[in-house]
Amino acid sequence: MSTLEQKLMNTTETVFTAEFHSLDGNGLEKAKKYADRFRGWFDGVNATDNTAAHAHVSNVASAIAIKQLGLEPILQIVCRDKNRLAQQADIMGASMFGVENFVALTGDDVTAGDEPEARRVFDTDGPQLVRLMGTLKRGEYMSGRKIDPAPHMFIGAVENPGAPPFEYRVQRVAKKYAAGAKFLQLQICYHQDRLEKFCAGVRDAGLAGKIAIIPTVVLVKGARPLNFMHNSVPGIDVPADQIARVEMAADPAEEAYLQTLEFAQHALAQPGVRGLHLTDFRNDETLERLMTDLGRVRQTAANSSTTNEVKDDHAYSA
Amino acid sequence: MTTFIATIEHVVKGPVWGCQDCGQCVLHSTGMTCPMNCPKTLRNGPCGGVRENGHCEVKPEMKCVWLKAYDRTQDWPLPSSWKDEYNHLRPPVDNRLKGTSSWKNFFTKRDRWTPAGWKNTTDESVAQGVDH
Repeated sequence: MSTLEQKLMNTTETVFTAEFHSLDGNGLEKAKKYADRFRGWFDGVNATDNTAAHAHVSNVASAIAIKQLGLEPILQIVCRDKNRLAQQADIMGASMFGVENFVALTGDDVTAGDEPEARRVFDTDGPQLVRLMGTLKRGEYMSGRKIDPAPHMFIGAVENPGAPPFEYRVQRVAKKYAAGAKFLQLQICYHQDRLEKFCAGVRDAGLAGKIAIIPTVVLVKGARPLNFMHNSVPGIDVPADQIARVEMAADPAEEAYLQTLEFAQHALAQPGVRGLHLTDFRNDETLERLMTDLGRVRQTAANSSTTNEVKDDHAYSA
Repeated sequence: MTTFIATIEHVVKGPVWGCQDCGQCVLHSTGMTCPMNCPKTLRNGPCGGVRENGHCEVKPEMKCVWLKAYDRTQDWPLPSSWKDEYNHLRPPVDNRLKGTSSWKNFFTKRDRWTPAGWKNTTDESVAQGVDH
């Protein structure tokens, strides 16, 4: 059982996950540098799948690297680039190397990337991919051909609480839950009221405690990335007052940090929220500050062994 | 004969619904809105890229197909059994049916064939009737 699954299913602990940076060369050295930055802070690290429709080191290779570097990978799989056969092969391949956490998402369109002329695939969609993962977990390929032993999988999905149609997003969560998703990483949402309604909606749909909600926050150093997300990333709307707050501040970097901290604390206070997913730019030195301000203690080899014993107790008593 | 039916279907459904001839029509369960007009051909609801004005991530001038489907399912006087199907988990497209008549596939039940691995995996999916 993965640490992420263990914590989410058998404890009430808050979990922290993060987006591993895209890799474009420099071998494992670069991966190690990123891994060292995250080490001890996170319960799982997302191996991304061609983020924003740009080609990078593959999600499977990244996940294996993350695993070998001693962190726990969450293999992200999008529907844009590969058909159902390739998706199954990737899951089975990663599983062979001990990857246990999987998260299914539709993915940005090819037109969002730097090769918009590419063919888009979408042979499956997000909810279908969740069920396909459930099929593999049960020990079958989609065809019904047996897999023995079945891969061990902890399955998650993604939802955007900040994009219309808002009330329908909750029904989509129910659909993904029914398809087999146990956790839900949310896309970044700069509207606190929308996140509140979304989380309350999931609770009112009877899914509280059944699907672990993990909202995302982004660490930025100023108003520029906020403007970029607002203007260039479909599905993300940053309210003008939130941008102005950072733009007009005497110290924009400090204000941007405080804003992120506020969003993080607000998100963690919502019903059904079991943790936080963190995205940042690779040189942001406020990562440790944020984690510390949120009450997280960095795990080291010395203090993690004690925690592991506690975790095992939980596992056996559950 | 088969080609003839497919042609008739195309002539009728093309101009009205923007039919893409997938051969496994789900119009009734999507508020009479063809999901194959979504640039990502999503059959289970909108992606996370819907713009603030409700328009498509890929085609900013077009309203999201799934927003249309959602609104029509709420507002149009469709049979309640059709409305109930809106939230069903529709299986991946059977690409072999592309270009064939969904009317014929409906009557022969060919459009309801799914691979052996596509079945309920959780108790919840049975309870919520999400299977196709």
